[in-house]
Amino acid sequence: MESSTMMKSFRMTLSDIGAIVRRNIMRFRRTPEIIVFSSIQPIMFLLLFNYVFGGAISAATPGAKYINFLLPGIMAQTALFSTLQTPIALIEDLDKGAIDRFRSLPMSRAAVLAGRTFADSMRMTFIVLIMLVFGTILGFRYQAGGGKLMAALGIVLLFGYAFSWLTATLGMFIRNSEAVQTAGFLFVFPLTFASSAFVPVDTMPNWLQVFSRNQPVTQLINSVRSLMLGGPTDQVWIIITWSLVIMAVFIPLAIWKFGKTV
Amino acid sequence: MDKKQTVIQVKNVKKYYGDVKALDGIDLRVDKGTIYGLLGPNGAGKTTLVRVLATLIEPDSGEVTVNGVDVKHHPTKIRRMIGLAGQFAAVDDFLTGRETLMMVARLYHVPKKEAKKRTDELLRRLSLSDAADRPAKTYSGGMRRRLDLGASLVGKPEVLFLDEPTTGLDPRTRQELWHLIRELVDEGRTLLLTTQYLEEADALCDYISIIDRGKVVKQGTTNELKSSLGRDVVEVKVEDKNQDETLKIMSSVAKCDTIVDDITKSISVRAAKGADMLVKIVTQLEKAGIKPKDLSVHRPSLDDVFLAVTGNKSTSSSKLNKRGEK
Repeated sequence: MESSTMMKSFRMTLSDIGAIVRRNIMRFRRTPEIIVFSSIQPIMFLLLFNYVFGGAISAATPGAKYINFLLPGIMAQTALFSTLQTPIALIEDLDKGAIDRFRSLPMSRAAVLAGRTFADSMRMTFIVLIMLVFGTILGFRYQAGGGKLMAALGIVLLFGYAFSWLTATLGMFIRNSEAVQTAGFLFVFPLTFASSAFVPVDTMPNWLQVFSRNQPVTQLINSVRSLMLGGPTDQVWIIITWSLVIMAVFIPLAIWKFGKTV
Repeated sequence: MDKKQTVIQVKNVKKYYGDVKALDGIDLRVDKGTIYGLLGPNGAGKTTLVRVLATLIEPDSGEVTVNGVDVKHHPTKIRRMIGLAGQFAAVDDFLTGRETLMMVARLYHVPKKEAKKRTDELLRRLSLSDAADRPAKTYSGGMRRRLDLGASLVGKPEVLFLDEPTTGLDPRTRQELWHLIRELVDEGRTLLLTTQYLEEADALCDYISIIDRGKVVKQGTTNELKSSLGRDVVEVKVEDKNQDETLKIMSSVAKCDTIVDDITKSISVRAAKGADMLVKIVTQLEKAGIKPKDLSVHRPSLDDVFLAVTGNKSTSSSKLNKRGEK
């Protein structure tokens, strides 16, 4: 009896999440500008880094193609940057009263957040795939099989998804979309730029190398490189662990804060 | 004597935000099948009270029940009984009217077939059938309010909370919405609404609480409130040059404070027998050689009650443009 009620409430929560995901996806479909510009930005980064830094870096390491080095970094950067949209959309829903409506309904409250992060991760998937396509056009060559490519995509998206719970939490603590965007950059910029995304970590000063080598974005990018270009993949488990830890901390925190945010 | 069934009961509810006493000990009771009006200026605490009733926020203290169920302890039970239509018409711009209602039906866990039926019925009833498949961003203000109201009706609630349902609407659209609101109550629902418009409270509500700074300052049926003032209002309008002289004459004749309307400049006093007072005033004005532009005697309106009990301090709404003067 107990377990069947639990099953029922679990199914209802899933149905609630489904309804919210659907709503958020409709927002993307009916407001294509959101997708267009959030795709153009990483494409621009890819082109800028490839053509502006590419020459200098290829000159330092003869024989290596910079795009092969760059694309995994850009994929991770794209995933992280796209999580900055999550708190903005959440705050908009709070401000416009959509969340008041949801909260007045006999639905799962956590579903509002889960529906937000799931829908955003779908958009993230779409944009990361676009980066793959553009990277290929710019000359990226896979050196591993399809399974490893899927695994590479999988860890980028898993880490990005986990990170979106962090930015969602940040959004509810800050509760202002302009401020949260700036605050989000304070997290995301050091993590992506002080990483192995654009230049080899060995070129950084020693003190920065310590940070850079041990932070998750570097580990993520190194794993993605290894999976797509061949190499040791032992850091994949570290990334999965990071993602699970971030979710274990920020999902409950986000849900708790959501209950208190008006 | 049949005792009416109480649906909403609010007892000594308090909600403070730091030093701001949004709700400072509110008591009220709403009977089944009636419309209850919370009337007050911006910032009086009306919206806060609705948010407490709709389980969006918890009160700091006090007791709130809907159909005997405690809001604080059983919020999910409450959410199954209530519908909320908000001040800002919480309608998603990017969804069509039909999609909005279907989504809400799904969140109520209404089976799909039944959800479709309810959606069609509501769209028809709210005269939104023609616009059903257009995104709400193409809707007019009145259509958005109707859709918002529709969303609050999907779950077939017995109790409806409407937070300023007609604020910002043109007079015709407002009338249409009033009509709809009356219908909803005639079908047996219980409704609590907030408004800044005295006219609206007068037209719709069976019972009214006037709220100011988190407190109920006056409670009663519209008629009780009007007759609580007990006296007629005598209003006189004169040329600007005679304004001061007229003020003096009127306050000495009536032996009470005069009220001057900022905009129309009309001067009014209260009197038990309005007609007699008017004659007295006119006689004195004639003696002073002042010819009035306009004279009137009327029973107190809700405006008068409102101004009398809120101390004339809040004039946020254009309806409330009278100020007391010594």
